[in-house]
Amino acid sequence: MSDNILLKARNLHVTFKTRRPGAMPWGKSLALRAVNGVDFDLKAGETLGIVGESGCGKSTLARAVVRLVPATGRVVWGNGVDLLSLSAKEMLRYRSQIQLIFQDPLASLDPRMQVGDIIAEPLITHNKTMSRVEVRKYVRDMMARVGLLPDQISRYPHEFSGGQCQRIAIARALIVRPKLIICDEPVSALDVSIRAQAINLLRELQREFGLSIMFITHDLSVARYISTRLIVLYLGRIMEIAPSDALYKRPHHPYTQALLRSVPIPDPDIERNKKTAPLIGELPSPLHPPSGCVFRTRCPRARPLCAQKRPVLAAVTAGTEEHRVACHFPGPEPQG
Amino acid sequence: MALLEVRDLNVFFQTNLGPVFAVRGIGFDLDRGETLAIIGESGSGKSQAVFAIMGLLDANGWCQGEVRFDGANILNAPSKILNPIRANRMAIIFQDPTTSLNPYMRISEQMAEVLTLHKGFSKREALARSIAMLDAVKIPDAKSCLNRYPHEVSGGMRQRIMIAMALLCHPDILIADEPTTALDVTIQAQIMTLLRELQHDFGMGVILITHDMGVVAGAAERMIVMYGGQVMEEGPTDAIFKDATHPYTRALLASIPRTDQPKEDLRSIPGDPPDMMWAEEGCPFAPRCDFATTGCRRSAIALKPFAPNRLRACNRPIAEVQ
Repeated sequence: MSDNILLKARNLHVTFKTRRPGAMPWGKSLALRAVNGVDFDLKAGETLGIVGESGCGKSTLARAVVRLVPATGRVVWGNGVDLLSLSAKEMLRYRSQIQLIFQDPLASLDPRMQVGDIIAEPLITHNKTMSRVEVRKYVRDMMARVGLLPDQISRYPHEFSGGQCQRIAIARALIVRPKLIICDEPVSALDVSIRAQAINLLRELQREFGLSIMFITHDLSVARYISTRLIVLYLGRIMEIAPSDALYKRPHHPYTQALLRSVPIPDPDIERNKKTAPLIGELPSPLHPPSGCVFRTRCPRARPLCAQKRPVLAAVTAGTEEHRVACHFPGPEPQG
Repeated sequence: MALLEVRDLNVFFQTNLGPVFAVRGIGFDLDRGETLAIIGESGSGKSQAVFAIMGLLDANGWCQGEVRFDGANILNAPSKILNPIRANRMAIIFQDPTTSLNPYMRISEQMAEVLTLHKGFSKREALARSIAMLDAVKIPDAKSCLNRYPHEVSGGMRQRIMIAMALLCHPDILIADEPTTALDVTIQAQIMTLLRELQHDFGMGVILITHDMGVVAGAAERMIVMYGGQVMEEGPTDAIFKDATHPYTRALLASIPRTDQPKEDLRSIPGDPPDMMWAEEGCPFAPRCDFATTGCRRSAIALKPFAPNRLRACNRPIAEVQ
């Protein structure tokens, strides 16, 4: 198997310095480990979903890859270059290859710029030789491609609906023909009837442009629909990583199982006959993560070993690295 | 006669750009022990309908129709009449627990205030009852929680506190306006289970306002589907999920990705939700509907019964078109 790997993250750490609430500015600072030793590979053309509850570090992980937050470890691009070791100027070359789409479409567009200028901006930044006429033509083509009317090129963001604004953001990301798009909760702010449009558009464009996507979401149903593989994060650590189908059919980590159980299913027969109780408790403070396995405080399978030793991410079945889980007592849920 | 009877409720807003007809003729009955879900996307009028019932519309809004609580019409009633009802018999919890709690007051003060004001309890008794209610919503170590400020507890805890406050006077009806939208799925599951248990213990009627079909499926016996300020379909939850005949309900159900099914092609609804500023006469869903005719766009469509307990506003329901 010679998978074409676009991006490799190894031992990625992001640590923020913070203080206790109400502490004086000269007081002792605390280290908040938002991302704590994460390894993953991103293959060309695939969609890697990153799921977890709020505060698990999924957005920070994505931002670390494009150096929007300082990170340590290695993020190796397909050609062997470590993005984290580049100077800002060298990094610029790779920035056009990686584009971002954020959650709030209206907030991520400058309200005082015309849509045409918003979409053209990355193109002008990364391609200084292009003529204005050419840029305009590119922008119009891209607008048509994402389902906007090219005649609306001179309008302002507030004249568009939420779904259309997200299309503008997608057009802006794609105009420089990136290899990788990082989507940070791109459909969470959209209504259900618009959400499906945006997801389908992303999938079409992915096929057409051969994009790789890192898709960050808290919505496990959207994640299943769009992802080829998934990472389940909890307190900055990977709990489970697996191909989408395997993860949803036979999750091995008790946290993944609890997460999936919590998602309400739009079918009264299934939803009312759920017998298992929801996960107890809440996410512990990332300032004081539990010893050993970070999930043990809420885990139904926790035993003394879990407090002493941190489980490593290991293959579920020996020999295949595709499905890996970090748990001392992994395994599918007991039936009944 | 039901405890709460809503008939032909209309809500309007006066804005800088002109009047907005936010809710057109919604109606339902609710008794103690029942759960009714109102589902719709943003701007569908689902929240404004219950705000009108509770007398909580913004200053630029007004409403018409009939809302009978225990036989008396309370729509547009003065605060003097509404306040005792809102205090003791109908309570509401909102989507964002952070902005519904006063950040300057300790939780103990906010909770006790409800009881000293409405029930005339002494401070000490009010605090004792507050602790009992925090226990009922399963807050660990209720006593120390009382002494905190809202920012010192997590989002899930804040929503539990909101629920506890709403239940302090043992209301007959609890309105929950998107109670779990701001919360993570694991916490959402906890809160929905809690609401179910509390409803069982206290026997209150619940109006659940949400945009999440999954939440409706697990919680409500009856549901109302709203779009563009109008009721599209109303009926028992089971019947609507099994056999949705309104094109909007059907399309909505088909456009939700599910965790329990392998991925197929997700059907999306073309177009955008209606701009309520320029609402037209006809069916609000007509511009996005696969089955719409010119007649659908031209004249308003009445909500009519078509099966036992079921109502629908559609000229071209799916069963008949096929």
